[in-house]
Amino acid sequence: MADITADLDITNEAQLRYIASQAVDARVNIELETDGMTLNIGPQHPATHGTLRIVAKLDGEQVIRSEPIMGYMHRGYEKLSEVRTYPQVTTLINRIDWVGSFANEVPFILAAEDLMEVEAPPRAQWIRTALFELGRIANIMLFLGDMAVQLGGSTAVFYAFRDREFVLNQIEAATGGRFHPNFNRIGGVKDDLPAGWVGETKSAMQSVRDFCDEMEDLVLGNEIFQLRCRGVGVIPADIGMAYGLSGANIRASGVDWDLRRDAESPLAWSELDWKVWTHPDGDSFSRYWVRLQETREATYMVEQLLDGLPAGPIMAKVPRIIKVPAGESYVQTENPLGSMGYYVVSKGELTPFRVKIRTASFSNISITPWLLEGVLVPDIATILASLYFILGDVDR
Amino acid sequence: MSTTETEVDEEAAVEPDVVREAVARAFADELGDAYIEHHIANGRDLWIRIDRSAWVAAATFAKTRLGMVWIDFVSAIDWLPSPFGRDMEAEQDWVVHGRDEAEAEVQQTGVAGGDTRFQMLLRLFSPDENMGVTIKADLPDDDLSIDSLMPVFPGTNWHEREVWEMFGIHINDHPDLRALYLPSGFEGNPLRKDYPLVARRVKPWPGIVDVEAMPEPDEPEDASGEAAAAGSDSAEASSDDESGQDKAAALAARLAALKEKRG
Repeated sequence: MADITADLDITNEAQLRYIASQAVDARVNIELETDGMTLNIGPQHPATHGTLRIVAKLDGEQVIRSEPIMGYMHRGYEKLSEVRTYPQVTTLINRIDWVGSFANEVPFILAAEDLMEVEAPPRAQWIRTALFELGRIANIMLFLGDMAVQLGGSTAVFYAFRDREFVLNQIEAATGGRFHPNFNRIGGVKDDLPAGWVGETKSAMQSVRDFCDEMEDLVLGNEIFQLRCRGVGVIPADIGMAYGLSGANIRASGVDWDLRRDAESPLAWSELDWKVWTHPDGDSFSRYWVRLQETREATYMVEQLLDGLPAGPIMAKVPRIIKVPAGESYVQTENPLGSMGYYVVSKGELTPFRVKIRTASFSNISITPWLLEGVLVPDIATILASLYFILGDVDR
Repeated sequence: MSTTETEVDEEAAVEPDVVREAVARAFADELGDAYIEHHIANGRDLWIRIDRSAWVAAATFAKTRLGMVWIDFVSAIDWLPSPFGRDMEAEQDWVVHGRDEAEAEVQQTGVAGGDTRFQMLLRLFSPDENMGVTIKADLPDDDLSIDSLMPVFPGTNWHEREVWEMFGIHINDHPDLRALYLPSGFEGNPLRKDYPLVARRVKPWPGIVDVEAMPEPDEPEDASGEAAAAGSDSAEASSDDESGQDKAAALAARLAALKEKRG
């Protein structure tokens, strides 16, 4: 074997130091060392759930530096909200996280209700909570299948799309829209539940639990999946908090924090018996694991909600023309992707004066430059998939 | 401290929010002259307004001493009343709704006050205490800049870039102040109130084509009584209470006029 140092200028101390530091890392093979290259991922890569572009500077197989570039889907909802009436804004914000749309509407409506000092009747709150959780299930089921396909196991995603239909059908039956329900109104919800919906939803919940069991076996139990996810993309809790991570991403780092349980909300979560799942590891595997448990937990929550559904009206008395009194309100809920909030500033007009939309994915992927530093190229897909973001939720 | 907290739990509905008052006092003690005022929504939320010189100090204090370790967002508000009006503002809308002549609005600011057009917003949250705080800081018009929070919360990186491009507020010592969303070469700061939303200038109010006369649910007497009860409602509301046929006819005439005008 040729002496690999022959070509090197061994008097160059900096170079020798560099080689020594690389050699410490057993994953880097000195013989394959290159000058470094720039790898462009996306904007149309399947791991990006939309149009995120990642420019990674590589040294061999190792990422030195990476930079996510977004804005390909920026639709300017904060500006548009300023010229829409409050009921019209919900149509826009349905499109932020398009696979969990119902949940997008809720914090905005709650903020408006807070300013108007209107409270939706209990039945409306319970229906909202049930649809919120159905939206969560539909959203996370996509992740549960998709994460596997990112790692090369294409079976799971077919099961996910197949079984997600059960949930989407129920959302459609109740709201009229599979993806964009636009079902919340200030003071309640648009309609009552259709006849027979409760029973069908319960059987759909059983199908979802069967799906979860299957995924636990097929994906979590898969040796290759474990090898590619365990210890990959570890996020320590304090760093995750400083980057504003939320939802399952931060719970997978051992932070026991869920706004559904911890925050005071008019929705019915506090009336239910459920558990917040956390995992101490903070790696890609634990993020999948936590989301899987949360999906299963959500099916039990929906069943409890349907069993305990109170009778009564579904709309509070609100004026026909909605003018929200002057004030500021910030309401945040635990959405499928993490914590989502609307900072609504009103001046007593038909339209909001300013709406700051705090989305979960924006903060969740802001950690990627830190997280991708030093990982290997195949792990980029693992990490991006495990962080689970929707580009509509990043770009707004 | 624990005794006061239990008191709050029992009497939150009526008593002042002592926990949030204590947090506000802690900020006041720490920041001294840089602390300006606070506003408490009982049992729900806390706003604090500070001088921008204490921007980083306030964030550091909240993170290290008050347990507010989670960065929620950094943003800004432009308090300028929109020069384009807010409600029914495009030319097409004047045809239908008439033009509102009562312009020349005075700039007003929200809770915890404000003296300037631009105000920074910082939202921090403590998962342990389950309490958030919104910190505001005024920015003088002749020097729109504020220090970067990245040394305290690295997650503010993109939020600050967004503020920079959307409001044109310079972030001091930010390592990478580039456009986040907008294409290169884009001019202007879209979230400023004096930046026109072009689509809005050339199209009628969204949904205006759907405007129909509301069916009158009650007798005309009742409707007028309702209008009287509404009392202080402004011009839009009272014009909406016109009789359905009149309004539909007027609307049709106006739309026809508009079409003719546009050729």
